[in-house]
Amino acid sequence: MPALLRLEDLRKSFGDIRAVDGISLSVEKGEVLGFLGPNGAGKSTTMKMAAGFLEPDGGHAFICDIDVFAEPVAAKSRLGYLPEGAPAYGEMTVRGFLKFIGEVRGLKGDALRSAIDRAVERTQLGPVFGQTIETLSKGYKRRVGLAQAILHEPPVLILDEPTDGLDPNQKHQVRRLIREMAKESAIIVSTHILEEVPAVCDRAIIIAAGRVIADGTAEELAEMAPEGARGSLEAVFRHLTTEGRKAA
Amino acid sequence: MRALVPIVKREFASYFATPIAYVFVVIFAALAGVFTFQLGNFYERGMADLMPFFQYLPWLFLVLAPAISMRLWAEERRSGTIELLMTLPVTVTEAVVGKWLAGWLFMGLALMATFTLWATVNWLGEPDNGVIAVSYFGAWAMAGTFLAMGAALSALTRNQVIAFILAALGIFIFMTAGTPVVLDAVRAFLPEAVAEAIASLSALTHFGSVSRGVLLLSDVVYWVTTTVFWLFVNAIIVNLKKAD
Repeated sequence: MPALLRLEDLRKSFGDIRAVDGISLSVEKGEVLGFLGPNGAGKSTTMKMAAGFLEPDGGHAFICDIDVFAEPVAAKSRLGYLPEGAPAYGEMTVRGFLKFIGEVRGLKGDALRSAIDRAVERTQLGPVFGQTIETLSKGYKRRVGLAQAILHEPPVLILDEPTDGLDPNQKHQVRRLIREMAKESAIIVSTHILEEVPAVCDRAIIIAAGRVIADGTAEELAEMAPEGARGSLEAVFRHLTTEGRKAA
Repeated sequence: MRALVPIVKREFASYFATPIAYVFVVIFAALAGVFTFQLGNFYERGMADLMPFFQYLPWLFLVLAPAISMRLWAEERRSGTIELLMTLPVTVTEAVVGKWLAGWLFMGLALMATFTLWATVNWLGEPDNGVIAVSYFGAWAMAGTFLAMGAALSALTRNQVIAFILAALGIFIFMTAGTPVVLDAVRAFLPEAVAEAIASLSALTHFGSVSRGVLLLSDVVYWVTTTVFWLFVNAIIVNLKKAD
């Protein structure tokens, strides 16, 4: 299986703070990679660089083997990205917003209409399709962000906290959607909800202080727990990320 | 340039998402009338032209262009949608030009709303409509430069009010650079050549001839280069500041 998303030694500092300190990873087609870490560990910064929004100080990002910083437009057209907080143009209707995203991505006519219909159905936005986005609840806004990301059925999906602010039913739905999208795509999902990892991810990476400190399946990670708490992802997470901070 | 048209469409439509756009056009047309008829002594002059209107227009634009440009990038940065926009398959040039173009078209619309002045002067007398057409063209070109400057300054901040003030201040300096107040101050410290260079960059100087219906190639070059310059600055600022 070829890696559709590949990060090589990405680095980024803000002033004296090393937000991302040499992160490398790859995600294959059909794989969902969970991206875990405490707040401030560099998750969002890494994702921003992978999506081509932030220029790294060093390292490379490849989407479908296209260098994100050398050929940004070609790389971005193969990417669906849900930024942290799912920003969207509040004054637009869901319909208008998805139409805009589709047009920018070069979809027209029937192809555009069917892409919107499919994304709306998958994210169950039907009831609010004609409403302006700023009037929607947090859960719906998040799903508008998801709908925009999957609109063109991209080979690579980068989702920054896709289930944040959703109720349990909506979370379940979004996880199912991610599993479904994973058949054809490489997906990276950041989260700090650990129960999500066994539910949606094939593999997970834990980062702390801008570095990868663990990489494996949910079971493999759970094995790394300290004595007495074997099998608990939460124990692993706390153990590793507090250690990681000390080391840094 | 695939993304340019959807960006222009989206930005242009977003002006009309709130009643502010309509209010804006009406206020603009009303102020244009006040300036022309009351302050410009339109009737007392006894001449069938729109000189009073075009003489006051730069001052009207000083307030109105920043109002149009302030949200272009500041709002995008405040709401975080800039991250969405810049991770779509869109170049910075497309985004910068698209936003500016939408504002420019909107300014064109506002200018069209002053057709009542043109209708009035045609009803009262027989003006040289060629002169008026050239003046309108020049006014629109000037609006383009002001907007490009305002848009660039709007990318510096995530606060629309600050964006407005920066733009108004920038446009004011840019406009009045050729007036004696500024030039005398410059002459006191710097050689005459510098003063003349500054004067030649002043918007009012270049708008002067066009408002009399004279379209000089040098003026056209001036409006185009200043607009392109500010769009270029805009792109640089967006690249530097987008993630802050």
